[in-house]
Amino acid sequence: MKRRTALMGAVAALALVPALATAQERERGSSGHLNVIYWQAVSTMNPFLSGGTKEMNAASIVLEPLARFDNEGQLVAWLAEEIPTLDNGGVAEDLMSITWRLKEGLVWSDGTDVTAGDVVFTYEYCTHPEGGCAYRDRFAGIESVEAVDDHTIRITFEDATPNPYLPFVGAGSPIIQRAQFENCMGARAPECTDQNFAPIGTGPYKVANLRPNDVVEFVMNENYRVANQPYFETITWAGGGDATGAARAVFQTGEMDYAWNLQLAPEVIAQMEAGGRGELLVDFGPLMERIEINFTDPSPDLPDDERGTRMHPHPILTDIRVREALSRAIDRELLTEIGYGPTGRPACNFIVAPPAMVSPNNDDCLVQDIDRANALLDEAGWERGSDGIRVKDGERLELLFQTSTNAVRQDFQALIQQWWREIGVEAQLRNIDASVFFGSDPSSPDTYVKFWADVEMYASLFEGTDPTPHLEQRRCGREPRPETQWQGQNINRYCNEEYDALWAELNREPEPARRQELVIQLNDIFVQDYAHLPLVARGRVSAKANTLGGVVLNVWDSEHWNQAEWYRIEE
Amino acid sequence: MLTYTLRRLAFAVPTVLIISLVVFLMLDMAPGDPTSSLPLTIPMEIREEIRAALGLGEPVLIRYVKWLQMMVINEPLHMIAGATGWDIAPDGPRILSWQTRSPVGDIIVQRIPQTLWVVGLGYVFGILIALPIGVISAYRQYSWFDQVGTFVSMVGFSVPTFFTGVVFILIFSVWLGWFPSMYDTTLSVTDWDSFVRQVSQIVMPVAVLALYNASQISRFMRASMLDNLNQDYVRTARAKGMREQTVVMVHVLRNSMIPVVTVIAIGIPTVFTGAIITEQIFRVNGLGDALIRAIYASDWPMVQTITFIFAILIVFFNLIADVLYGILDPRIRYD
Repeated sequence: MKRRTALMGAVAALALVPALATAQERERGSSGHLNVIYWQAVSTMNPFLSGGTKEMNAASIVLEPLARFDNEGQLVAWLAEEIPTLDNGGVAEDLMSITWRLKEGLVWSDGTDVTAGDVVFTYEYCTHPEGGCAYRDRFAGIESVEAVDDHTIRITFEDATPNPYLPFVGAGSPIIQRAQFENCMGARAPECTDQNFAPIGTGPYKVANLRPNDVVEFVMNENYRVANQPYFETITWAGGGDATGAARAVFQTGEMDYAWNLQLAPEVIAQMEAGGRGELLVDFGPLMERIEINFTDPSPDLPDDERGTRMHPHPILTDIRVREALSRAIDRELLTEIGYGPTGRPACNFIVAPPAMVSPNNDDCLVQDIDRANALLDEAGWERGSDGIRVKDGERLELLFQTSTNAVRQDFQALIQQWWREIGVEAQLRNIDASVFFGSDPSSPDTYVKFWADVEMYASLFEGTDPTPHLEQRRCGREPRPETQWQGQNINRYCNEEYDALWAELNREPEPARRQELVIQLNDIFVQDYAHLPLVARGRVSAKANTLGGVVLNVWDSEHWNQAEWYRIEE
Repeated sequence: MLTYTLRRLAFAVPTVLIISLVVFLMLDMAPGDPTSSLPLTIPMEIREEIRAALGLGEPVLIRYVKWLQMMVINEPLHMIAGATGWDIAPDGPRILSWQTRSPVGDIIVQRIPQTLWVVGLGYVFGILIALPIGVISAYRQYSWFDQVGTFVSMVGFSVPTFFTGVVFILIFSVWLGWFPSMYDTTLSVTDWDSFVRQVSQIVMPVAVLALYNASQISRFMRASMLDNLNQDYVRTARAKGMREQTVVMVHVLRNSMIPVVTVIAIGIPTVFTGAIITEQIFRVNGLGDALIRAIYASDWPMVQTITFIFAILIVFFNLIADVLYGILDPRIRYD
């Protein structure tokens, strides 16, 4: 039932695509005014200085990349003439460089020409060591970015790079204008308030006025490259309030046309939808809620620089039978229904999207199997104690289970605690404020990275459609530890030679079909080792008014990737 | 009277300084990290660079002195320059918000008008409603008017604004469709139409706040009136043959106002601090909204600055209350 509703949501989103066919007759600015509500208001229009999704989305209708992903995760040339590939010679045979060509006749909204120099400048701006650019990792592993001529840019990599579509691709890597930002490099970046609040772009809209953390007003870009677009003349991008208020404004009062990120309880959404003025948009990307299992000993008795490091393997969780039992005891269908309703679906894989990369081999986790879990623990030598909690060699099967403070996560914790108690595992629950838990302060003992607990729950995702960097995170040596100032994304301190070797192969492999195979293999190794327990794949949830047409929800790029094509449906 | 005022003033300056230091140190020690709200796709190394770019690397005392200098010299000059158009703004560094990377002062100047209008009107209406209710309730104690007044103020006082706010939205926006549920912050009043729209969007938040404030103040008014109505001087006034109206409205009311005026004066800073919850529910972009969002985002420069301004206001209005008290009641001037 749930899955059917989720699918219907996806189908509904796709059904909008044919509507675009009739869009040709519309004129620029003919749809009038659009009201967008982001309950987390936009703070700045310079996505490089913010890193937040809300700023990235708002900036995406002004600043554009060379190429972006469409709603199916396919690369689409945007400012570039075409996507460079091995076949058309855009990507070098040795995978060491990629050459992009800009579209002819591109102009900025101020009427000046877009040149290869602007692209090179964007690279220099974001990689400046003092700039604190949030998307600098997009430019990692690049040796140089150079303008071959006014319209051609060559990016040379330090190593063979089978996926060269990271720099200047997608909403997180847009092009800024050299003339405007020339004096805003490095430490001076934050001083350029005027530039940061109203960047000049190539997109369908220009910033007319930004009140930070409140509202952005956009007007259409008269110089936009598609003659009859954008259809909306002006946009008010309101911010503030809360998710419930935003949903109410679309579904019930009709004050707003589009609301972003409505992470609300399933019953609240259902009630709001009954208002009848709007429609919920759900689509699934790589965001997945999981329980990470610590392979190292987080015991407080250990000294701080040894606690939670590979020097001390976890006394309980290094036994795969215990990890499997923990997974088997969980009813993922029920969790999804309670926590996310139509906006989530149960997950059994590390890589849950794009569809072609999802392994079909792990779906047995969908069925809760308490008996099997009990049998596994019996086999592992854990005997039931007098209070029902298992004991082995005088040690109780007790786990510290931490997560961030959030209503859904606390519901999940309580349910999972109950299921684990049924199999004789005692979970001590702890929740930590999100600003601490997801913080990067290396001296804090409570961050998810430091992971001084036995198991922890959070959601993670990756950028774009290529999971290679995400898979890379679980390699040996990538674990956070004192020597790296507790940086690194191998959260569970997983270490498996077979996995590492396979990843190295993936990182060299340019052939798409083989890459897909390797991703699935890596996923299977990781998941079948019960290295972490996938729980729920979470969708991107937005809402649009019934009178708003042309919206195609896109989980691979900005939700506003095709903003120019949005229009008002006339009654 | 003058020495009394001066003495109070002399206490105020160190108080404000100590508050600023405490606020600064507390926030500095608070857990929380400005990069924690970024998507997890941004790696830790990059987060570390962002933190460095925000100036988190320097020792706390240096940051405090820098901040204080900017706070008491640069920012006020910029605010005055912004408000008047005079060319007095210095070139030096300004306090930058971590969320927006823009000067905190500019954001505060942008936000103050909305807060003053919405929360201020809520306060003014609250007082206007509360005073007559308090007087009549006390004069006709235990009458049906008093009972109803007591009931309403108990409800208004005990039901939180986040509840009344949502109830108002449900009734007046969703069901009746009379008022917008969201405050349009871009609306500027230029003609009759936009004035009507401004009024209709301000009605609900003001009503919610007025109800809450009125409940509080009317209780004070009533209690204070009751204290005075039984005093000997009231009986004397009546015995002298004064008209009842003169007795109540001149003699009793005037004396009863002393504590109420203090309560009202001390309550004024809360007008500036904004009704955080109400502002959020109705999406009014006031100071309270800015503060709560800054706290969520661990935007310490913003939190420090707003809190410091609140501290100054609170100290200032306490001073005013003290002075008013001295004017209204000569007995407590210490000279």
